[in-house]
Amino acid sequence: MTDAAWENLSNQAVAACGLVYFLALLSHLVEWSSLRKVPVAAVSEAASSGGVAVATGGPEADDAAVRRTEVFGRLGFLLTCIAVLVHAIALAGRGMAADPNRVPWGNMYEFTLSGTFVVALFYVVLHRRFGLQWMAPVVVGLVLTLLMVAVIWLYDPVAPLTEALNSYWLVIHVVSAILATGAFTLGGIVSAIYLVKARRPDTSTGLLARVPALPVLDRIAYRIHAFGFPVWTFAVLITGPIWAHQAWSSYWNWDPKEVWAFITWVVYAAYLHARSTAGWKGRNAALLALLGVATLWFNFIGINYFSTTSQHSYASIPAVRDVGSTSARV
Amino acid sequence: MSSPERRPGELNVRELARWLWRQLTSMRIALILLLLLALAAVPGSIIPQRGVDALKTANWQDQHPKLTPVYEKLGLFAVYDSPWFSAIYLLLVISLVGCIVPRTWVYARAIRADPPPAPRNLGRLPDHASYDTDERVDEVLDRARVVLRAKGYRVRASDRDDDAVSAERGYLREVGNLVFHLSVLVVLVGFAMGGLFGYKGGVILVVGNGFANNLTQYDDFVPGRLFNAQDLDPFSFVVDQFDVDWLTSGPRQGMARGFDAHLRYRESPTADEKSYDLRVNHPLTIGGTEVFLIGHGYAPVITVRDGEGNIAYRGPTVFLPQDQTFLSFGVVKAPDAKPAQIGLEGLFYPTFINMGGDPVNVMGDDKNPKLSMLVYTGDLGMDNGTPQSVYVLDKAGTEPVKNDKGKPLRIDLSVGDKVKLPDGLGTVSFDDVVQWNRIQISQTPGKRIALGGVVLALIGLLGSLFIRPRRTWVRARREGGVTLVEVAALDRSGGGDVSGVIDDVVSALRGAQHKPGSEEKS
Ligand code: HEM
Repeated sequence: MTDAAWENLSNQAVAACGLVYFLALLSHLVEWSSLRKVPVAAVSEAASSGGVAVATGGPEADDAAVRRTEVFGRLGFLLTCIAVLVHAIALAGRGMAADPNRVPWGNMYEFTLSGTFVVALFYVVLHRRFGLQWMAPVVVGLVLTLLMVAVIWLYDPVAPLTEALNSYWLVIHVVSAILATGAFTLGGIVSAIYLVKARRPDTSTGLLARVPALPVLDRIAYRIHAFGFPVWTFAVLITGPIWAHQAWSSYWNWDPKEVWAFITWVVYAAYLHARSTAGWKGRNAALLALLGVATLWFNFIGINYFSTTSQHSYASIPAVRDVGSTSARV
Repeated sequence: MSSPERRPGELNVRELARWLWRQLTSMRIALILLLLLALAAVPGSIIPQRGVDALKTANWQDQHPKLTPVYEKLGLFAVYDSPWFSAIYLLLVISLVGCIVPRTWVYARAIRADPPPAPRNLGRLPDHASYDTDERVDEVLDRARVVLRAKGYRVRASDRDDDAVSAERGYLREVGNLVFHLSVLVVLVGFAMGGLFGYKGGVILVVGNGFANNLTQYDDFVPGRLFNAQDLDPFSFVVDQFDVDWLTSGPRQGMARGFDAHLRYRESPTADEKSYDLRVNHPLTIGGTEVFLIGHGYAPVITVRDGEGNIAYRGPTVFLPQDQTFLSFGVVKAPDAKPAQIGLEGLFYPTFINMGGDPVNVMGDDKNPKLSMLVYTGDLGMDNGTPQSVYVLDKAGTEPVKNDKGKPLRIDLSVGDKVKLPDGLGTVSFDDVVQWNRIQISQTPGKRIALGGVVLALIGLLGSLFIRPRRTWVRARREGGVTLVEVAALDRSGGGDVSGVIDDVVSALRGAQHKPGSEEKS
């Protein structure tokens, strides 16, 4: 296959997986809209197991509606799994289309493609373990939205890497940054739902009743963040500095990208502390988790537009860092 | 001295100090300081920082004359060295030491301690299970000890004659937490060493030229506060050749790749000469010093002869790239030219084309090099003692030279061209194009300490996050002709779910003699 064919395949796969995510979203929306009509008879049980609470029976339970929610819930998950597979093909195609072949995260478009893939993959993998059925529409909706943003605003044709990026540290550093980004994003979704639920924790009607109880949400959020934090530490405080040292001669430059990676790190450290500090548990911790995701995504997207000193602009990197700015005075 | 009477609620200095210390070392303050640190780091990413980009900072200051003095007072151009930023992280360090060090002794004791005895009523714990069996009590308990030990638990010794087994695991979690926090200090030490004892310098070298590592040879040099010039390693090198690949097709057409500077170097004046291919991402290490290739550009070779026919200026002239196509800007100064000083200022086009009358530079490779410069004459301001940048022409005392139409004269030269300046000023010729490299040279002592610190911190963190400290108890007693076995577990990290743990222990206990039907789990 030629490079152009791979690139074409990748583009088509992105479109296809977008479509399948969309179908998955529709399916979950049908599931949830018919859930509305089903009384929540088993909220407490479902809350402890972490699944979507579905009525277990009772005289007024609408059996057909119950069956419909189950069918559409399963269908939605199945479609999500398929979309993730196609998503993987899209990524592989990007990597194969480059000459020489490389990892598919050399610019913002590719980073977004990879990041959303990780979010979706984590969701699928953790689905059974943590019983994540209840967050399906949010996750699928977010992944779909980000993919659309990537296609519409961030698209870049496949291009060879600039020299500074041409290093095996690109693989290690960026893969860990993407993994952590995916985990933090997923964790942020759980924390957001926590906050919504915290406003009416005892509600027994409506969609919120189907979401697990607050302590369960808190624990799931913590487990996901506890995975993300060491990976982020590895990405921005170990591999990042090693690579920066090789490419730019100093391992920490207080470059805006680095500053914000550090800010994100500190905020998540504060989140972990908050979970074990009286008065900060729960709500405040969840707020900190959201602050963390905000800094994370601001760093990824915002800083590129906000600051021009960054050496990390994925969008366009001068061949070698531009010269003579700090120096060149004799 | 008689002590003054104290009103209730009044603190003396000592109590106040103790109260302050307790506040400072509390989790809450640590948390607030962490958030403050995050907040304090923000301005440095928005306002240009002198230490990051001095030129950009200077430009910003020129554009904001009102804000500049205020920002300067607040230290906003050097946020990460400012007193308030330092205050926050120093407080955090003190808080950390004050919090973690005393805990070390507690951990040290806890780590050798026996698991605590079983609570009287295991059924009261939130997670528990029970089943009946025909086995004897001591059989069950003996097996429980074996099973729990195999799962990595420490089993309480003094339970031998009791009716319960108490076990605990995950002692290393606290150690992980300690290691993590103490490693943060190690990282700070390493980081500080780099800032204090290291240096960073840069030089632009025309290909073919050499460099010897002493202060006079640097274009710019930023030493740490405690850096000693005697610590400069006595090496020298010559850039023999520089190769670049230019992409001639595809979406990044015109982009340069595969930079390769061929160096010959000596580690000391008496050492053997070696060679090294200096490339991006592949620095050369000599002793404690590292040499990096971080930039490149063109140096047109220009000769200026004055009105008397003498060479007033000759040589490769470093032009600085203005954009990704390597359209470059540079100046030539010939202060000794007679009858008048000559200054040139203008652009270098590596691949020039004329597009409908507009000069355009197509790409960075020097396929069709062209120089286009304006000519000035008068006082170049080089004799009054103030240092000047070699990249800027001081035009205050000069006049542009005019062409025969009375417009400022622009000379456009291809390689090999020579033009005569009006008014008997002399000639300018463009002889050749050579390349230059920007080489960065730095010493970063403490970098291994910092790296070791972070790696250690990560290991500690993994322990702290993923080791699940938990206590598990098994009690067995005769009741109504059978043995009732109760199993309960408690997660001490707050992150875990122990029902799976209990299931595991129960099935391991029953594994040998499983009789279905008598199980009851709550
Ligand atoms: C440089 C500043 C600090 C950073 C980056 C930091 C980071 C962290 C992180 C990431 C954790 C999570 C580990 C876990 O959940 O088990 C943690 C836990 C902890 N930190 Fe810090 N910390 C800092 C300062 C402090 C200070 C000043 C104190 C003392 C007041 C402190 C006390 C603790 C304690 C007691 C825990 C254990 C919490 C638990 O058991 O869950 N830390 N810290």
